[in-house]
Amino acid sequence: MTDLSMPQTQPRTQSATGKIALRWLLYVLLGLFALYYLMPLFVMLTTSLKSLEEIRTGSLISLPREVSFDAWKTAWSGACTGIQCEGLRPYFWNSVLIAVPAVFLSTLLGALNGYVVAQWRFKGANIIFSLMLFGCFIPFQVVLLPMARLLGMMGIAGTIPGLIFVHVIYGLGFTTLFFRNYYVTIPSELTKAARVDGAGFMRIFWSIFLPLSLPIIVVTVIWQFTQIWNDFLFGVSFSQAGTQPVTVALNNIVNSTTGVKEYNVDMAAAIIAGLPTLLVYVVAGKYFIRGLTAGSVKG
Amino acid sequence: MAPILDINKLYKNYGPVEILKDINISIEPGDFLVLVGPSGCGKSTLLNCIAGLEEITGGTLSIGGNDMTHVSPKDRDIAMVFQSYALYPTMSVAKNITFGMKVRGVDQATQDAKLKDVASLLQIEPLLNRRPSQLSGGQRQRVAMGRALVRDPKLFLFDEPLSNLDAKLRVEMRTEIKKLHQTLDASIVYVTHDQIEAMTLATKIVVLKGGIVQQIGTPAEIYNNPANLFVADFMGSPAMNLIPAQASNNGSGTQISIARETGETLVLNDARDLSLPQDVILGLRPEDIAEAGFRAGAGVQEAACMVDMVEPAGADTYVVSELGGKQVTARLHAETSAQAGQMLNLAFDMSKVSYFAKETGERLN
Repeated sequence: MTDLSMPQTQPRTQSATGKIALRWLLYVLLGLFALYYLMPLFVMLTTSLKSLEEIRTGSLISLPREVSFDAWKTAWSGACTGIQCEGLRPYFWNSVLIAVPAVFLSTLLGALNGYVVAQWRFKGANIIFSLMLFGCFIPFQVVLLPMARLLGMMGIAGTIPGLIFVHVIYGLGFTTLFFRNYYVTIPSELTKAARVDGAGFMRIFWSIFLPLSLPIIVVTVIWQFTQIWNDFLFGVSFSQAGTQPVTVALNNIVNSTTGVKEYNVDMAAAIIAGLPTLLVYVVAGKYFIRGLTAGSVKG
Repeated sequence: MAPILDINKLYKNYGPVEILKDINISIEPGDFLVLVGPSGCGKSTLLNCIAGLEEITGGTLSIGGNDMTHVSPKDRDIAMVFQSYALYPTMSVAKNITFGMKVRGVDQATQDAKLKDVASLLQIEPLLNRRPSQLSGGQRQRVAMGRALVRDPKLFLFDEPLSNLDAKLRVEMRTEIKKLHQTLDASIVYVTHDQIEAMTLATKIVVLKGGIVQQIGTPAEIYNNPANLFVADFMGSPAMNLIPAQASNNGSGTQISIARETGETLVLNDARDLSLPQDVILGLRPEDIAEAGFRAGAGVQEAACMVDMVEPAGADTYVVSELGGKQVTARLHAETSAQAGQMLNLAFDMSKVSYFAKETGERLN
């Protein structure tokens, strides 16, 4: 009697178990991928906490027998870049001094540009915007020489303001693109209404558009900060001793070891140099995704 | 009194494309002017020109007797309501309404007093602290009107303000706008593509097509004496019947011959002596064709017609027949016994007929 109902229930349970199995397979696969991607970070972290002795004798992926932060201390304030042995610290601050104003300025200018191109249609607006977009795709190597000449003529070659200038210029293409695409979704009637209300160009920008822009500001800041902080080419080309950013210093530390290669110091220095971008992403990451998909925001 | 708005020989081009051609409009204080036309006819562009949001290519424009041709929008003493409401999304309702005053540097006490007046007039007091995103469509519309009213301008501009509302709310808001116009005695320019909105609201209608003014007049003039075939067809729902016909003078009046489906000719007599050309288009509104016996008057003539279709619409019943190769709609009373496929005696009120030239479409009588 019960066997009558069996054929009905069996396929259902079968498909249910099949579904669960598939789920698990997915999770296991994803977990494996995550492990694979995290492996280098794991090796870096553990190596930075080992002593040189242990690195030489132990295996690459083993956990440190004795945790020591000496390598971190050396990397921060004692490692040698060429003939100086001050660690990453001064260069880290150089990077902060470059990145913070450059991110701020390029974001602000990008917002203004995007606002003009999207909301104040003028003759040739599309051409100007296309040219700016084109600027996004010019390889950096191409502009090194002309830029060096320009910086020299402006008298800011080898200085931190010079590097800020370069990064603001090269960030503009992207920041303008971000803001333009965001502002183009805002009905132009908003601008018209504000104009009839008596607000001028800047007033409309400050009172109406900027308060709307948080998601896209977050996207732009993350993007620009990552680009500028991680930049090596401009940093190494347009700096001199004393104004080099952290990426250049890291390279110097790794390349100018005398005698024994201090892998633990190199690893610690690399993590220190990468930490700020990681931090920015962790703090603002959820807005990043939200901002990227916020094109359809309506008033 | 000086006209509140005077548009003189206005032209607007986008590059080589002429959007508006030789526009001449003048309205008196307290007028409710409706610009109506199909999409792309230039009515919104004209409104933007009046607002100063678009530079005009030629001609002059004055508001309240002052030349405003090249004056910026904020100095034109106007207020505008937009189709998408255009409320500032990050500001509360109160801030939306007072933003203009804040920009112009009006003191706080005046701002508060005016906000209070407008809020009570539009019954939006409970909404003042909300954000636009927390409001329904009708509420947003009210706030947008509040923002215009608080300015107390010489001229109000409305750009299709009801198009984003659902049908029921649209009728409600329409009544409310009309009431506001009457209580405030405001001068209004109102753009719509909806000819019913135009008829119900306007004291004066401008019908536009392809950037050219087709007719300016009161709703009654536009409805009863359309200047050409376009206006005749555009205004009124169901549309005016436009039937090709032959006209001839029979001594005392005009004899009109219309070809029937069957090959016979329907002959109707218009008592007016009109001296028409031979080929004309006869225009007759559906309500001017009734069931025989339900319409009396000197011009009424009866004729039997084949009923092709019966469309009951509640208050009326529409009957469709074919005359002169066109579907002709008659508006009968609701209890008519008309049935599809049967002959029915229809009464044509010939005194209401408009005649149009076949080639140019211009009105002849």
